[in-house]
Amino acid sequence: MTTRRTWWKTAIGVTATAIMLFPVYWMINVSFTDDRRMRKSPPDWFPVHGSLDGYRAVLHQQLPNLGTSLITGLGCVILTLAIASPAGYALARLRPPGGHVLSFLLLVAQMIPAIIMAMGYYAFLLNLGMLNTLAGLIVADTTIAVPFAVLIFTAFMSGIPNEIMQAAMVDGANRLRTFWSVVVPLSRNATVTVAVFTFLWAWSDFVFASTLDAGGSLRPITVGIYRYIGNNNQEWNAIMATAVVASIPATVLLVVAQRYVAAGITSGAVKD
Amino acid sequence: MTAPTRTGTPRIAPSPGGAAGVAQTRAGRRAGRLQSRLASWAFLAPIAIYLAVFYAYPLYRNLDLSVRRYTVRSFVYGDAPFIGLGNYRMVTADPTFLPALTNTAVFTLVSLTCQFAIGMALAVFFSQHFRLSAILRALFLVPWLLPLIVSASTWSWMLNSESGVVNSALGALGIGPINWLTSPHWSLTAVIIANIWIGIPFNLVVLHSGLQGISPQIHEVATVDGASSWQRFWHITFPLLRPVSAITLVLGLVYTLKVFDIIWIMTKGGPVDSSTTLATWSYRLGFGNPLPQFGPGAAVGNLLILLAVAFGLVYIRVQQRQWQS
Repeated sequence: MTTRRTWWKTAIGVTATAIMLFPVYWMINVSFTDDRRMRKSPPDWFPVHGSLDGYRAVLHQQLPNLGTSLITGLGCVILTLAIASPAGYALARLRPPGGHVLSFLLLVAQMIPAIIMAMGYYAFLLNLGMLNTLAGLIVADTTIAVPFAVLIFTAFMSGIPNEIMQAAMVDGANRLRTFWSVVVPLSRNATVTVAVFTFLWAWSDFVFASTLDAGGSLRPITVGIYRYIGNNNQEWNAIMATAVVASIPATVLLVVAQRYVAAGITSGAVKD
Repeated sequence: MTAPTRTGTPRIAPSPGGAAGVAQTRAGRRAGRLQSRLASWAFLAPIAIYLAVFYAYPLYRNLDLSVRRYTVRSFVYGDAPFIGLGNYRMVTADPTFLPALTNTAVFTLVSLTCQFAIGMALAVFFSQHFRLSAILRALFLVPWLLPLIVSASTWSWMLNSESGVVNSALGALGIGPINWLTSPHWSLTAVIIANIWIGIPFNLVVLHSGLQGISPQIHEVATVDGASSWQRFWHITFPLLRPVSAITLVLGLVYTLKVFDIIWIMTKGGPVDSSTTLATWSYRLGFGNPLPQFGPGAAVGNLLILLAVAFGLVYIRVQQRQWQS
């Protein structure tokens, strides 16, 4: 009797998931649809007359944009880790004066909408002559991730047992050494969580990309899709093919690092 | 910092060795404390510089933009005249202000309520044990992880009036074509639907992890006492989940207030402001026109910051109360 009951639950669960993921399926389906069948009514529910036209367009037009997004994402990860992990260590372990104020500022910083940062950054980078530069975009994109990253590192590093730190200090390691050869390796989980989220946020960013690189040749994939929608309203297979390609990092990370993703979502909200 | 001045005296005083020893350890402790303070400054220097240069300064520039009359020319030369609260007066008197404020409120409230209700139902459902439940729950994360522009453009095409799959399905049920994105009556609904879809995973994951913290014994006792599953949810699970719910809702509120990408990509806030929120209005003023109005755009943005931070402080308050309890 119990097996039958769980069987029903599985059926409901599968149905709910199918409904939830229908838009994702639809994106993939449209990406394989032929130009001429695009506006057919009713639409083809399965890509039976599949065509790769959309993906051919991606290869021809979007490859440099994907490269830009990749470099931006990696740059953001490196910069965020370099700033946030020492900060997390200090806040968790060294009880610095003003540490509470800093934690509070970081929480507030998380609340600030990117649109508002974008306008300030536009003025700032314009004066520096750094609009349309990778460095400018990378720095702006890190503002989405850095406060979150420091909070994750602080929470994680507070949990490292005191004995391990003291053992390192007794062995004559100074704080920098303790940090680099004890704390950083032990914080692998936090580092992966931060890296995953930083990369995804930078990769998905549209606000900074569209404002700080407006009109420039430097175009992340999000702006590539946006231009597509604006320019050729007819070729939705190419737009959806680009969208599918732009979703690859999220999919890969979900498969490879699902544990860290769920941890990252909840760590901001739930007390352990 | 009064202690160090006193430590000098015992050393010259002709007292037994004990005092000198005390002074030495005290000096040593002082050196240690100084060293640790220096170390914490060194570790905090990058974040402090970062926050000052790459957070505070752009925010200051944004504030500065909002109190000056900027043109493209004065933007480059930096000689825009100071007009005080002129931009704020201008935007609050603008005919777009009221619709933007109402749309922001409706968008936020409806999105939050639906995301939370659906997320809660799914969290309760998935906290039961059945085959595939972990994998299905992981798949529910997909919408949250996709770039917003991907989700928004997919929804745009699905809600297309003539060729969209949604109208085609509704047509099969005999419901006439709805101009989701082009009719002022439907555009706000359309962007809310897409936003709910994106927000469900966050609510599901956080509420689910909250449910894990509730001891199963409580439910067993209640079941023995003859409580139905609805009674168990309403009288046990829901009250016990209140702290997690509060944080989910307040965080969701702060996130939803700043939603921009979805609305801008799907409708650009139109037609005729019917789906304009403060976030999209601010962007349109600053970047959406051939002739940018940075001053008013920054003013709208700062009003939005005020809202977001006000609710953000509620969040911090709620979280602090939880840490204490």
